[in-house]
Amino acid sequence: MRAPFSDLPLVLTEATIAAGPVTILDKVSLMFDAGPPTLLVGPNGSGKTTLLRAAMGLLPLTSGRISWGGRDNASPARRAIVFQRPVMLRRSAAANIGYALAATDTPHAQRIDELLALVGLAGMGNRPARRLSGGEQQRLALARALARDPAILFLDEPTASLDPASTKAIEDIVRDVAARGVKVVMSTHDLGQARRLGGDVALLHRGRLIEHAPAEEFFAQPRTKEARDFIAGELLV
Amino acid sequence: MTGEMSALQLVLTGDPALYAVVRLSLLVSLSAVLCAALIGIPLGALLALTRFPGREGVIVVLNALMGLPPVVAGLAIYLLLSRSGPLGTLGLLFTPGAMVIAQTLLVTPIIAALTRQTVEDLWLEYRDELAALGVGPLGRVATLVWDARFSLVTVLLAGFGRAAAEVGAIIVVGGNIEGFTRTMTTAIALETSKGDLPLAIGLGLVLIAIVVVINALAWGARRAGERYVG
Ligand SMILES: Nc1ncnc2c1ncn2[C@@H]1O[C@H](COP(=O)(O)OP(=O)(O)O)[C@@H](O)[C@H]1O
Ligand SMILES: [Mg+2]
Repeated sequence: MRAPFSDLPLVLTEATIAAGPVTILDKVSLMFDAGPPTLLVGPNGSGKTTLLRAAMGLLPLTSGRISWGGRDNASPARRAIVFQRPVMLRRSAAANIGYALAATDTPHAQRIDELLALVGLAGMGNRPARRLSGGEQQRLALARALARDPAILFLDEPTASLDPASTKAIEDIVRDVAARGVKVVMSTHDLGQARRLGGDVALLHRGRLIEHAPAEEFFAQPRTKEARDFIAGELLV
Repeated sequence: MTGEMSALQLVLTGDPALYAVVRLSLLVSLSAVLCAALIGIPLGALLALTRFPGREGVIVVLNALMGLPPVVAGLAIYLLLSRSGPLGTLGLLFTPGAMVIAQTLLVTPIIAALTRQTVEDLWLEYRDELAALGVGPLGRVATLVWDARFSLVTVLLAGFGRAAAEVGAIIVVGGNIEGFTRTMTTAIALETSKGDLPLAIGLGLVLIAIVVVINALAWGARRAGERYVG
């Protein structure tokens, strides 16, 4: 089923993004390869969104490099992203998924139903996407991203504005998707979520990668003061 | 058309001359809106999605052209189509064709400028998602125009309103020839100056009724569509 090429491993080497005098991302080196989800944690403004956009190929680096499956400047064929506030096209829920399928030349009808079912929206395909609730829209955005049959899926704080039930629904889907072999890279500022989902955890602070370790290790033996403070619930400023 | 009957009688009895005038008015204005849409919608969408030096200037000129005085547009087309003009050999002056061209000139800037604004607003909303989906330039234009279609209906209505209401351009290039280039607005101008007020009023009522009906239909279509797509 999978295309012969993949966007994995995704390698950032000293990736730096500056906006004028401000350095938003500061020499971040990270590798995302097949395996359990990677959780990006860090306070607001630490650069999580910027890192995800750059990894998706949507933001050019000021310096450093990114490669996907060993290639630079690869087209984002096997990558997908769900933005923090996903924008639904002014179409039905099914048509939103169909649009993403068409963009990748994947055959339609049955796949739309499968994806709707996967995110718990079976039978809601004909509803206008913009009339769905926040949690439903977030799940539809997930289905739309999965329509691209990604090797790597970026999720930017997908549960930031959701209640516990909707959050659980999203986390269940993320586990399901990861179990099917999709590499998930997800930002969150919810440490509990990082514990529940994380294969590995990367802590960003002021645009720098402070610590990157397997989840148990990150929470049990944080190596840096920033990580200890962050885990202890201190305010990182 | 006699001036003796009341306005209401003229309308109710379906006076054939009156209906010929109504038919031509609609034909000219709707054709002009169609031509202007075929030019103005792609032009506006392109302007919304491209960045080039002088773009701001083009937008300002386009917005200013929305206020182009109809008689001036008529004069420009007159000079173009007159016997000694560059397109004089076509023999279009004082024909309905000339009237369509003149109204197209009036309506195109409206449709292009409003389309530019509508599509650009939607583009700001959609751009990240479309970039993430790897949609190319042509796909973007198609997606944005399609998803903005209900707003574009309102844009077309604005264009139709301008075409249906104007008299200056079509009287200059059409000549208000009875049975050939006489429309509702040119007839109203003529009959009023001749003092035939009942006919002028009758035509005025018909014109208003048509504009109201067309707007009501478009509004209903827009509401129904929006209920379906959100
Ligand atoms: N285009 C930009 N121009 C200037 N500053 C920006 C831009 N985008 C983001 N920033 C800044 O970069 C920092 C990191 O932002 P972001 O990646 O959104 O952080 P996070 O997602 O972790 O909250 C913030 O201080 C933000 O204000
Ligand atoms: Mg963010």
